[in-house]
Parts: sequence; structure tokens; C-alpha cells
Amino acid sequence: MYDFAYQKPSNVADAVKALGADPEAKALAGGQTFIPVLKQRLNKPTVIVDLSKLGLTGITVTATAVTIGGMTTHWDVAHSEAARKAIPGLVDLAGQIGDNQVRHRGTIGGSLANNDPSACYTSAVLALGATIKTDRRSIPADEFFAGMFTTVLEQGELITAVEFPIPEKSHYMKFRNPASRYAMVGVYVAKGPKGVRVAVTGAGQGGVFRHAAMEAALSANWSPDAVANIKTPPDDLNSDIHGSAEYRAHLIGVMAKRAVAAAG
Amino acid sequence: MNAAFQGIGASVRRTEDRRFVSGNGHYTDDMNRHGQLHAIIKRSDRPHARILGIDKTAALAAPGVVAIYTGEDMQADGVGGLPCGWGVKNKDGSPMAEPAHPVLAIGKARHVGDPIAVVIAATRQQARDAAELLVIDMAALPGIAHVRDAIAPGAATVHDDVPGNVCYDWHIGDKDATDAAFARAAHVVKLDLLNNRLVPNAMEPRCAIGEYDRSGGEYTLTTTSQNPHVIRLLMGAFVLHLPEHKLRVVAPDVGGGFGSKIYHYAEEAIVTWAAGKLGVPVKWTSDRSEAFMSDAHGRDHDSTAEMAVDAEGHFLALRVRTIANMGAYLSTFAAAVPTYLYATLLAGVYKTPAIYAEVKAVFTNTVPVDAYRGAGRPEAAFLLERLVDVVARETGIDRVELRRRNFIPADAYPYQTPVALEYDSGNHLKTLEGALKASDWAGFPARRAAARAKGKLRGIGMSTYLEACGIAPSKVAGALGARAGLYEVANIRIHPTGSVSVFTGTHSHGQGHETTFAQLVSDQLGIPFSQIEIVHGDTSKIPFGMGTYGSRSLAVGGSAMVKAADKIIAKGKKIAAFLMEASVEDIEFKDGKFSVAGTDRSKTIGEIAFCAYVPHNYPIEELEPGLDETAFYDPKNFTYPGGCHICEVEIDMDVGTTEVVRFTAVDDFGRIINPMIVAGQVQGGIAQGIGQALLENAVYDDQAQLVSGSYMDYTMPRAHDIPGVAISDEGTLCTHNPLGAKGCGEAGAIGSPPAVINAVVDALSEFGVRHIDMPASSQKIWSIIQSSRLPMAAE
Repeated sequence: MYDFAYQKPSNVADAVKALGADPEAKALAGGQTFIPVLKQRLNKPTVIVDLSKLGLTGITVTATAVTIGGMTTHWDVAHSEAARKAIPGLVDLAGQIGDNQVRHRGTIGGSLANNDPSACYTSAVLALGATIKTDRRSIPADEFFAGMFTTVLEQGELITAVEFPIPEKSHYMKFRNPASRYAMVGVYVAKGPKGVRVAVTGAGQGGVFRHAAMEAALSANWSPDAVANIKTPPDDLNSDIHGSAEYRAHLIGVMAKRAVAAAG
Repeated sequence: MNAAFQGIGASVRRTEDRRFVSGNGHYTDDMNRHGQLHAIIKRSDRPHARILGIDKTAALAAPGVVAIYTGEDMQADGVGGLPCGWGVKNKDGSPMAEPAHPVLAIGKARHVGDPIAVVIAATRQQARDAAELLVIDMAALPGIAHVRDAIAPGAATVHDDVPGNVCYDWHIGDKDATDAAFARAAHVVKLDLLNNRLVPNAMEPRCAIGEYDRSGGEYTLTTTSQNPHVIRLLMGAFVLHLPEHKLRVVAPDVGGGFGSKIYHYAEEAIVTWAAGKLGVPVKWTSDRSEAFMSDAHGRDHDSTAEMAVDAEGHFLALRVRTIANMGAYLSTFAAAVPTYLYATLLAGVYKTPAIYAEVKAVFTNTVPVDAYRGAGRPEAAFLLERLVDVVARETGIDRVELRRRNFIPADAYPYQTPVALEYDSGNHLKTLEGALKASDWAGFPARRAAARAKGKLRGIGMSTYLEACGIAPSKVAGALGARAGLYEVANIRIHPTGSVSVFTGTHSHGQGHETTFAQLVSDQLGIPFSQIEIVHGDTSKIPFGMGTYGSRSLAVGGSAMVKAADKIIAKGKKIAAFLMEASVEDIEFKDGKFSVAGTDRSKTIGEIAFCAYVPHNYPIEELEPGLDETAFYDPKNFTYPGGCHICEVEIDMDVGTTEVVRFTAVDDFGRIINPMIVAGQVQGGIAQGIGQALLENAVYDDQAQLVSGSYMDYTMPRAHDIPGVAISDEGTLCTHNPLGAKGCGEAGAIGSPPAVINAVVDALSEFGVRHIDMPASSQKIWSIIQSSRLPMAAE
């Protein structure tokens, strides 16, 4: 990595100020993507602002919502009994991210701000209709993602928490890239206060997207059979050595069907 | 057998593991020398390009930079190119094309990762910063990745002095007899198949430290090597022109090699030479990305195989054409792999009377390809065992019965194959029957039906493989083009108070030699296991050695130890005879004691050793003091391990993923010293074989860019990809070495890929699948299922 200055502020305001003052400053959450990127010299920040002392960890469950602090690790989400009772699909998803080491360091805020097109959490946020809370506003999931590795977050804007409305039922099914174990296709299906929503990660050229045809079919008939015969056009899907766009299109159907079956 | 037994046949826990798992290993990168500088290699990011100029100005001015060298700088100082250790001849007897392999590229860069310059600075970070400031003016040339593109008319030329990119066009066997057999065959079965390119991925990346001692003019290279003496020989004689007594090569603890650390690499010569130039130690450590583009790759064959079969299913003849990818340069043993380690194994376990094989080795703009766990033999076993399954299917003869019908019978040994080798021992029916039983082959239909009931396609496949270990003898290897001997060396030093140091020219980089060899010497000399240390990996301590590869360490290195122990015993008998006033002929040695036959008089080996080093009462007129013997052992033949692997897979029809659900290995390794270590070797080899069959693939695009250059794209097998393996042994002893040992290091990686693919093809048989190339990825299998489900629109 290249040399950089390092700061570890103790409150959100100071962090936002440090990040806002320098367009080349970068926030460090769990670092599970960012540190490898730095080590490969693919990024050259002037200042790294470590978010680990901002008090942004923790999970709060109410009758209607699960709220996860932006710096809460995947491990903590995966092991929260309260969250599991409320949204088991979300908790299962957190337990499938990366490996043990990654889950102990990686955070929900970091993952969402990075918006890797193969990340898992993005699908849950979109399918559950979550709200992303930042230091300055609340952003509905449908407005948050802006193409791969891009979100509507402003320079220096920090995700402080993510609020998930508790659905009636939901589940996530992931088909792993055999090499990286990221989602080659991940499908999150949900039926709840925000309606029936299906979000697909790993497959789309523009990152996570909602699957309108499946949402319509499941709204009419919440059953695995309802999505079994819905073909996804491969046109806007990714293609690489592990999966062609056609294969990914097929996998979306299989994962959706299995997710609905698992959601019950 | 009592609980404390630690001799031959005991599953003694590996003594070396305590330091490995407790962080006390002594790996090259753990070492740092006083005043050491750090080297970063600037590598080509282009597959093929002319180097028009290198401007060092800005980089030299960067903080901490001490020196920057290019290929021309090293050439001007008299540094030679990296040599190939094996010469292969063309069909017409002419020598193979052996283009220059400069330590740092001169004139052209020929693959992504080809080293172009070295930047040496006070810290690694500074060297890396400066390397980014090097300005290399390059003009792109067309890149070639695949062998058929390399030999296509009008293809770009990797080496200007090798038109057509052909390194050699070689053959073996009797063409006329083979053609004649094909002409009268009842069936001819033909199969095209690829053997996928692999990246070795040893856990420890390569690392090298060069040092120069100004007082004596001596160089020391500490390196991650499987064979330090070979590196000393090659680097000293061909590259740096240093005499052996002024060059020490140390290979300390090494974290895995799988063949990739056999070769003499550019970085070793660079740090050693630069240490001499600068008068301070220079260290280089590969990172993982560099390893992907600079460690020699494995496999990469494109073959056509044909079997001529009579009406009863007897194999009449085998014809094979293979194009082997050498990569951009000839690595140390590259030329031998697709010839003497591949085509000579094409008889397998079958009595096929006529075989003819042609092998064309070609240059491409890819990382050099060399031996990787199995080295030629996995390619041969895969080709043959796949072909046999296709023959079974197309002749309608059961695949087990077909194998039985064509096996070399146990009473036919020693057996001369039509492709040069003479097998000494084996019993293929025994390993086959053992594996059929252990795997419950007969019960498979019920398991298939049960799988189908849960929506899975289940298949079973086998391979009855044979391989060859311990390349030998030196005379024959020399006649076949080896440019070195292939013996091994052992020095057993009994210390005055009875403990023992054993110096071996083999090298352990995960194999557990410190345990196995101590068991062996304990068994031979009757000295407790705990009193024996095994020393390897240092040319200043060990008389000589050829290192560890080709599963040779026990069969060749262990045999050298037996020879050295025999010399110790012979000398001990003379001392004992003197002390006990008996004739030498009457002295017997057993369990660490020299005794006078028919009496109760005896001396322990410890007493004899003490007497040898404190020769107050000693036959000094006839015998030198000391008890320290060295033996060089040159084997009479290869050894021939073999066996039967049976694999069962389940395929998820909806998504195409394959799970290996059962795996059975019944092998013939000859004498086994430590069954637990052998089982570990088999398990690891099978993990790599399953990796090759289902997961791993080094992918180059058509412009020769390495696409799978990291773990994001290169699928390394993980623990959950590998099932528990039922391992057992049905050994027949090697007849020509004193231990009867055959070797077990590579067998798992040789026998397993065809067993896995045969199982996958079996699972997919209802879709009309005849063959599937490795890796049988989920996408590939899904496409097969998908296309067979399509309506007949294509017709």
C-alpha cells in the first residue's frame, strides 16, 4: 500500500468533518474489501478515517423493525438471537458472507457503502425495503443504489444504521462463485409491509436489482411454483469464466424458487 | 506390536509438526540478514511485447533506492541464462529448440509476469514505490496462449529463433505395428481430450535471500527449494559461473512445493548476483499475485487418443497425439514431462501390445509449464483411464470386466511395456478387487436410485492407474536426455555417545521426512527414534543430493540410507569382533546389538560408537576411527506404484454442481514406513486431483492475458470440497531396491482425476455425454444438461 495519514475519531461529527475536508480521504469500516485494495495499490487515499470508535455497533429489535448499527459485524448479525427471531432470512444471509475471519471484521455499513455487485447484503436491503440512516438523512433502499460500486452517499456521508422492517416471511439463497465465494447469483425474496419484493445480487451488470416479473408472480401466488417458469432475460447480466449471462439467468430462477420454498 | 514401537510400519506422529503448527518453523521469509536490502521484480504486464527502452532515471532518484538492474546489465556482467536440465530429441534425431532464457528479459517480454528489471532498495516499500517509476517503453506483439494457436500457420513467433514455435516433435513406440493393429481392429475408439493448466499454489510463496561474504568470496543463497544441490549446480555452473565450493545453497523449512519449487528460478540468481555486486544481502519475497504469474504452471496438454480393440475387447494398440504447452521458456525439467514422464506411461496397467505416441511441445506466451505433482503421469493416466471407459461404453463391455480382461497379469512381472519401461511388480487385480469391495461397487445402483429420489444424478467411476517414481537409473536417464544423475545420497553420522545425525540429499517440504527417515534409521540400526535427527536442505552440510520430486525420497533417498546403515553395521562388526575377540564372520547385528553368534557376549551400537571415537582399545592398524558413513545409491529402475481409485459423485441437476460423496483409494506403494503419513499424502494428492477434475483452471484469454490470476477467479479446492477418503493398501514390494518401497507422494493426484471424471460422465450418461473436459464446472455440466433438454430444434 501507499503511505497515508490515519485518523480514528471518537464521534460521528468529527469523522464526517475529516472525510468532508479532503476529497481524497477514505473511510475505513471493516476493511475486508478496502484493505486488500490498498495492499494491491489500487487506491491511494491521503487520509484514512477509521470508523471503529464511533459507537455505531449494535442491533435493536422492536415489534416492527430490526435496526443494525453501521459498524456492526456480519458475525454479530449472524449470531443475534433477537434478530433471528425477527428476520431469520437476514441473519442467515449474514452467516453466509465470506468466511469466519471476514465475518468478524466486515460490517453492514461498509458493505452497503461499497455496493459490490456480488455482495450479499444489498439484496436484503432492497428486498426488505430497508432504510439507510446516515449522519444527515434517511435513504429508502430503492433510492440508495446507483450502479455497481456506486451509491447516492455524498463524500463524507456515513451510514450510521440500517433499519429493516420485519417481514411476514423472507429468505436468501446464494449460488457462490466457486473461486471467490461471493454471490454469483443471490436472490432475496420477501413478503411484508413493503409488499412482495425480490432482489437479485451477483448477476446484474448494474449491481443489485429488483425482479419485477417475479414480484408480480409471487404477489399473486406466494409459492415456489409461481417463479419456477419465469425466465430472466440474460441481456443485462454479467458474464465471466465461471458463469455466462445465460447460466446466471437460469440460476436466478432456481435460487428464487429455493428461496421461496425456504421462506415458507 | 507394542505401543512404543517406532520402527518401520508404525504410524509415528510427525515430529516436525510441533514447530510448524506452533509458529516455530524456520522459513526463508522469517529470516532477515544484517544490512539486508529488498528486491522488487518489475514484471511484464503484457503477454508479448518488444522492449524498446527502459528509463531508470526517475526510479533511481526515488528514496532508498540502491540499484536497478535490467537483463542487459546482468548479461554485460557475464550472467548466463537459465538452463534446461533435460534435452529431448526430435523424431529425426536433431536436438530440441532451446531458445535463450535470460534471467531478466532482453529485447522481448514473452509472458505476463516475465521479469524485466529488479529494483533494490532499503525497504520493500521503497523498492515497490521506485518500481512504479521505471519507464519501460514496450511495443505490443500478438500473444499466443493455446497450443493450437501456436502451431497455426502464420502464428506470431514467441522466440525469433524458433520458427513455428515448436520446441520438439518427438515420438515413442512402434508406429508400423500400431498402424497394423488398427487396420485389423474390430473397434476403434477415438477421444479428444484436454488436460487443464494448473497453478501449483504452495502455501508458502517463493522467497530468496542472497548473501556475499567478502572475506572469503563466498556466496550463500537461502531459498524455497526442493533441491538445493541442484540449484547450486545449475546456478553455479550455468548462470553465475561460480565454483561449488564458493556457493552455498540453503533450503530451510519450505511450505509446500508440489514440483513448483524444483526449478532454478530467475529470482534466485538475481538476489545472489546482486548481493555480490552490492556487498550486502538482498532479499526477495513473492506475493501471491506474483506467484500466479511466475511459479511454473502444470499440465496443459491437448491430446487425441485412439484405441484399437478386437471383438472380445482386448486392446490391440494405442495411438496418441499430444501437443504440450511449454509456456514462454523451457523451465528446468519441462522437456522431460510430456515425454519420458508421460508417453512412457501410456501402457498403464494394460498389456496393450503396440503403442505409438507423438508429442509436440510448443512455446506460447504463457508462464513456463513444468512438473506439478505427478508431472506427466496424471496426464497419461487421465488420457488412458478416460479412453478405457469410452471403449467400455462403445463396445458394450462392462468397464470393470474390460479392465480385468486387459490387465497385465500378476504372473507376467517383470513386464516390458512397448514404451520403454520395464515394470518390476504389481497386482492390479488385487487392488481392483480391494477397491470394488471397499467402495461397495455392487451396491451402487441402490445409492443411485436413492439419489434420484431426491433429485440428484449419481455416478460412479474408477481408475486403475499406474505411475513411475524415482526416475532412474542415471545411465538410462542420461541416454534419454537427462543432464544430471538421478541417484541419492545419505550420510549417517553416529555421534560418540550414540545419538545419530542423518544427512540426506532429499528435501522435505511437507512430506514428513524427519519422521519417516528417523523411523527407517531407527529400524536399521536399533537406535531409539528420539536419538535420531534428520538433516536436509543445506549444501554445506550434506555431501550431495538430487532433492525431492517424483516421489523419489523414500525409494531412492531411503535406499541410500539403508546402504549407509549397512556400511555402519559392517564397520561396527569389525570393531565388535576386535573387542570381543571373535572373527568378523561370527558377529551378528540385531536390534542395535552386535553379538557373537552362539554366545551371550554382545556390545551395543552405542558402545561400539564410543569405542570408535575414543579408540583406546581399537584395531587402529586396520580400521580408521569414527563411525560415519556415506552412501550414494543409484536405482536400477523406476518404481511403479499403482492402484485403483473409485469415486462417487452427485450432481444437482438444477444448477449443475458436483459433489464428491464417496472416494475410495486402494493403492500399491510397496513397503510402507509410516501408514499415517502415507494416508496423508494420498489424501492431499486426491484433494489436488479433485481440484483439477472439478475446480482448478488457469485460464488465459486469446491474447494470452492470465484471467485467473488470483483466488477471486482461480478455484482452489476447499476443505468442504473434499470428502473423507477410504484409504487402504494392497502392496507388492518393489523388487529392486533394498526397502521394497515404491513412493506415494504423487499417486493421489494421478489416480483421482480420471476416477472423478469417469464418475461425472457416468452420472450424466442419460444425457448422452461421452466426455467432459476438466474442470467439470457447474456451468459446463448445466450447459450439457440444458442442451440435452432442448427440443430437437437444432436438427
